[in-house]
Amino acid sequence: MSKPIRVLVAKPGLDGHDRGAKVVARALRDAGMEVIYTGLRQTPEQIANAAIQEDVDCVACSILSGAHSTLLPRVKELLKEKGGDDILFIGGGVIPADDIPYLKEKGCAEVFTPGTPTTVTIDFIKANVKK
Amino acid sequence: MMFNEETLKEIKAKSDEYDAQVAAGLAKRPERLAKFVTGSGEDVKRLYTPLDVQNTNYAEEIGFPGEYPFTRGVQDTMYRGRFWTMRMYAGFATAEASNERYKYLIANGSMGLSVAMDLPTQIGYDSDDSLSEGEVGKVGVAIDSLADMEILFGGIDLGEVSTSMTINAPASVLLAMYIAVAEKQGTTADKLRGTIQNDVLKEYIARGTYIFPPAASIRLITNIFEYCSKEVPQWNTISISGYHIREAGSTAAQEVGFTLADGIAYVDAAIKAGLDVDSFASRLSFFFNAHNDLLEEVAKYRAARRLWAKIMKDRFKAKKSKSWSLKFHTQTGGSTLTAQQPENNIVRVAIQTLAAVMGGTQSLHTNSKDEALALPTEDSVRVALRTQQIVAYESGVTNSIDPLAGSYFVEAKTNEIEAKAMEYIKKIDDLGGAVAAIEKGYIQQEIMDSAYNYQKDIEAGKTVIVGMNKFQIEEQPPKDLLKVDPSVGESMKKKTQGVRASRDQAATDAALAALKKACEGDENVMPYILAAVKT
Repeated sequence: MSKPIRVLVAKPGLDGHDRGAKVVARALRDAGMEVIYTGLRQTPEQIANAAIQEDVDCVACSILSGAHSTLLPRVKELLKEKGGDDILFIGGGVIPADDIPYLKEKGCAEVFTPGTPTTVTIDFIKANVKK
Repeated sequence: MMFNEETLKEIKAKSDEYDAQVAAGLAKRPERLAKFVTGSGEDVKRLYTPLDVQNTNYAEEIGFPGEYPFTRGVQDTMYRGRFWTMRMYAGFATAEASNERYKYLIANGSMGLSVAMDLPTQIGYDSDDSLSEGEVGKVGVAIDSLADMEILFGGIDLGEVSTSMTINAPASVLLAMYIAVAEKQGTTADKLRGTIQNDVLKEYIARGTYIFPPAASIRLITNIFEYCSKEVPQWNTISISGYHIREAGSTAAQEVGFTLADGIAYVDAAIKAGLDVDSFASRLSFFFNAHNDLLEEVAKYRAARRLWAKIMKDRFKAKKSKSWSLKFHTQTGGSTLTAQQPENNIVRVAIQTLAAVMGGTQSLHTNSKDEALALPTEDSVRVALRTQQIVAYESGVTNSIDPLAGSYFVEAKTNEIEAKAMEYIKKIDDLGGAVAAIEKGYIQQEIMDSAYNYQKDIEAGKTVIVGMNKFQIEEQPPKDLLKVDPSVGESMKKKTQGVRASRDQAATDAALAALKKACEGDENVMPYILAAVKT
């Protein structure tokens, strides 16, 4: 039997809206993944450190405050620095379509916006984690 | 009793006949669904009749507007006297940009201001703090010092407008700044009208912008109650908020139950601090959501008013009628908006507006169609405001007070929501009150379960969201979204560093030392905060 996929669900920045993060975390868990939720107000450093320490296969950042273009690239940079470049890095939240190409250029494998069924996120993670 | 026994007997017989008849026909013509539920997932019967409200005593439970238990509204003439306050929540980027938006809104018929602050301001960080990186000016205006506050309200007479500030953990500081700006304009504190949200418990439950632990937070809150009862008597000192609880995924009954449980915790704390309940209770205000299930929402507001009146009268022994009445602000439901086919959101907001108005709200913010995508543009904000004006001036629902009262369905749902909310309050009392229930994670868990069930129902297609999981179209990503100028962070940093460099540092240090000392003792800290913001 293969090892379950480990996912860190993270809330970077000062944003307190975590309904989406918690719903996704529970859906991933119900899909058989091992999920760690960071809680609110995490700096990019804290998220990258947790990802390395917990040896996760995927980091999923949720952000609704508009700070995505600053914070998501920084998390990815730090993951790279700490030897976690192969960790699948995805984002979600209230993120305008115009900003998505930039985030992808900076290493976000995919960005999930409001209305995305959790099954789409689950399938994406299953198809794209390095195993 | 609304009906005599003889009439009820006749209705019962007729009702049984109807049920049997329908049941016989169902095999051939089944209904669309096996089970019908409200937006909150509560059962809805095929038909409601006088039998469903036979135990409701009109005089005691429904009564008249402006009278206990206020089921029909808090004022005796409601919207025949004046409409609700159309209050659009706005604020972004710099104080200058937000000031312009406020003047635009006032020119377009907005009746009160509602200030949105950015996350660093809400959590107590200056714009040049490393934790503020990327967040400055994004979800609201950045306020670091009194200088920013003066610009924010420049050219707006604070003696004339009423201002609502969505600020919680640092509410004491922002209120002090507001008082200081008014003083500079020549308006004394006793003339000021407005609201601070100041509800930290729901930050722990649902919204996330807490700073201090619950006990210290509640001390600040009770200090504000006491200070304002003497110095700023027209100010609503708290807006006990169900809005965010509902946005986090709760049901309508949980929204009422958890919000009133928070309210009970604040009243308890203030009484424990030595305040007389009637000295502050009339300045407590509430803030509820408006979702799409029109009739359930109307029932929710009616149930909340009735239950709070009973709590204030029976549990807290308040004597003044004003202490019993629950006044509330409403915002339409952000989480009900879809990023898909955003024009459809205008229709959703119109339905939610009707719910809030037929539920007797005192003020209303209507969301803009593009809010699932970004902060709203000026054009979409105007449509949202016009939605309220159309309901006010054209729909006719404002002409008679509480027009849905007496609907068997609405009265039955009002009773049901009140009973369910009361069950939640009892459960929270058993856990030791709202603070203990939050610390144990009970409230958060209940909300999360509801949120997850809702998401599963959407994904299973049991709950239909038009344009999202049914009636989808291929669409291009929308253009013309509002973008906050990314240079805001840099310019705010410079401004705040300038303030720090030019102020009288010795006076600031002395004011902070005095405040620290007051915090360590039992004094009211508000005068010290007011002195500190002025330096």
